[in-house]
Amino acid sequence: MIRRSLTLFAGLFVLILVIGWAMGLPFTSSRLVEAAAYSLIALGLNIQWGYGGLFNFGIMGFLMLGGFAVTFISYPVNPQFWGSDGPWMLGRALIAFAAGALLVYGARQSDKIGIKGGWKTFVTVLAWFVAYCVYRSQIDPAAAYIEANAGFVGGLGGHPVLGWLFGGVLAAVIAFIVGKIALGLRTDYLAIATIGISEIIRALIKNMDWLTRGTLTVSPIPWPTPLPQAYQASGSDQFSSLLLARGGFLLLALAVLGIAIWLISRAYAGPWGRMMRSIRDNHIAAASMGKNVTARQLEIFVFGSVLMGIGGAMLVSFTQIFDPSSYQPINHTFLIWVMIIVGGAGNNWGAVFGAILIWLVWVVSEPLAKVIFDFVSYWSTNVGWGAIPEIESRSAQMRVFVLGLVITIALRYAPKGLIPEVVRRDA
Amino acid sequence: MTELIFFINQVVISGAVLGCIYALGAVGITLVFGILRFAHFAHSELMTSGAFFAFLLAALFASWGIVTPIPLGFVVLPIAMVMSAIFALGIDKGFYAPLRKRGAKPVILLIASIGVTLMVQGLIRLFFGAGSYSFFETETKDVFRVDLAWLGSTRPLVITEPQLLMIIVTVVSVLALHFFLTRSRLGKAMRAMADNADLAQVSGINTALVVRVTWIVAGALACMAGTMLALDVTLKPDLAFNIIIPIFAAAIVGGLGQAYGAIAGGLLIGFAESLAVFNWTMVLRPLNGVLPEWAQLPATLSFVPTEYKLTVAFVILVVVLLVRPTGIFKGASS
Repeated sequence: MIRRSLTLFAGLFVLILVIGWAMGLPFTSSRLVEAAAYSLIALGLNIQWGYGGLFNFGIMGFLMLGGFAVTFISYPVNPQFWGSDGPWMLGRALIAFAAGALLVYGARQSDKIGIKGGWKTFVTVLAWFVAYCVYRSQIDPAAAYIEANAGFVGGLGGHPVLGWLFGGVLAAVIAFIVGKIALGLRTDYLAIATIGISEIIRALIKNMDWLTRGTLTVSPIPWPTPLPQAYQASGSDQFSSLLLARGGFLLLALAVLGIAIWLISRAYAGPWGRMMRSIRDNHIAAASMGKNVTARQLEIFVFGSVLMGIGGAMLVSFTQIFDPSSYQPINHTFLIWVMIIVGGAGNNWGAVFGAILIWLVWVVSEPLAKVIFDFVSYWSTNVGWGAIPEIESRSAQMRVFVLGLVITIALRYAPKGLIPEVVRRDA
Repeated sequence: MTELIFFINQVVISGAVLGCIYALGAVGITLVFGILRFAHFAHSELMTSGAFFAFLLAALFASWGIVTPIPLGFVVLPIAMVMSAIFALGIDKGFYAPLRKRGAKPVILLIASIGVTLMVQGLIRLFFGAGSYSFFETETKDVFRVDLAWLGSTRPLVITEPQLLMIIVTVVSVLALHFFLTRSRLGKAMRAMADNADLAQVSGINTALVVRVTWIVAGALACMAGTMLALDVTLKPDLAFNIIIPIFAAAIVGGLGQAYGAIAGGLLIGFAESLAVFNWTMVLRPLNGVLPEWAQLPATLSFVPTEYKLTVAFVILVVVLLVRPTGIFKGASS
């Protein structure tokens, strides 16, 4: 098993060298940093699906939350917003929100004062409606005012690493709520519910222009490590400063990844990991042994989502732009799933391997398809059939096809993944 | 009266059209779930590819100079449905049947269906690019304006020809499906297998045939839904990919595995979406004459802003999952 993993990782290293040789160092170095972030996200899914057997198809939502968190924490302060009536109006909206929440909570407790059955349902629905109207009456003018006078809320000017942590915290809070709602459902329903929730998150972040600037995008978001421009200012030439800066970011990302793998592996090798495996394999038996299945599943859902939030934050920090409309289910949910399926669910090294491999396949298939199309086009022109039209946009679409092909082949011929889970049988 | 006609134009007609499309898609999903017990995500691609089959056939007919009184998209629909059914059978044979034979869990089939989604979507984009197409490049989209001045309305009732045909075709196909499921031998076998696959097999039902028929019905209905959607708006490669979750919501709201539930769920979600973004000020404007100065109605008074239209379906989905996970009609859940 160890030998197989080492061979596969050595092969991956050779692949990286080949890509570096063919595509150039600037391209390869930024793909490697992204691969590190995707490894972290894949680890998050590996915890949820590989350890816990939870079917999370809402990864995109958690990545967006992480991206928003790092934007909010690390983007420079917007004095126009803080100098206007904006904070005051937002405060009022917050009070309205709290009042609404209190109202709904009160309605849910209304059986204590003798309102029962259908009346309680009626009171609860009415409370939701009133709370929604009260909140809308405060937030709509506040949003319009901020968008007109200050553009958007701006950031807090904090350190990006703080933003990554906040991304994890925000993802954890949302995951807790989502888990409370959805984890009682069986797998197919859970998949659809999480997709629905991630679409709601996407719609909110995309349209709350006062908070995220929506489709206008926020940039440039600062780096946690010095930018290439900083090295250039201190006298390095363009190429080496690019390498130094990206190398610094990569080291930081690898450090986070290393800590995450170390913590997860420690937890998984211990009693906690055994309990999780038993819940995944037979939750009824685990429950009969006195394990609180729902609470443990919620726990693992939150842990996995934290890693997704941090990974999403890292991606946004690295590309320096937060563009809510660039998030797509294919690129940000299904891609991660392919990574886990191909790499091997339940094995951390498998998840990391799958993440790096699939990310490289994903980014390389476009230029590769272009080369093939150019070749075929050259041939067909010579034969007299004419050239292939719009090669550029067509080869960009090949990635999606390659992704689908990889996942179907993997399911058919290596259903446990390339580095499968190691089942240790203690005597 | 003008206000009522406005309401009908904005909510009833658009809701019915959307609801018909959702219902046809959801029926296919729910049938596949009932028989094969997995959530078939690639249904969106069956819809899109069906619409592209119809588009290619319509273009072919137009190039032969065939002119018909109704839009060509509807004329070629039966042929496109046959092609889609064959396509669906091919996908099952190529991707799902080997996994089923191995005894893979429904979850694995779900992931495989996502792989199929990506592959078909990649192929469609490869051949047709990312742009959008219209069925009405050579012919005109007829719009019927029913003048209702005799009712005291200043606005006409507006409905386009494809919308009218779409509602008729949906009603006809739902009736046909109903008679197929309740009267024919195969339809009864399908319902029996949806209820209990093992029991159906031991009582002599040819389950392999039922699976094939399920794919044929699902593929044909998906083609119908996709073509109608493309006729109503425009045809683009992510045509159905964007609405697959509302369709799933419709199937779940109706109870997965329940064909009638899916139709009800589709119409419910269609109406809910158009009702939620409806601007109530347009209807309630006469009240402004009665209301005092401080309580005048704002210019827009809709329940959710238009940009959140798609989230309505998700919110309904989440609420239904919370309150009644088996759907309105009791569905197959465990």
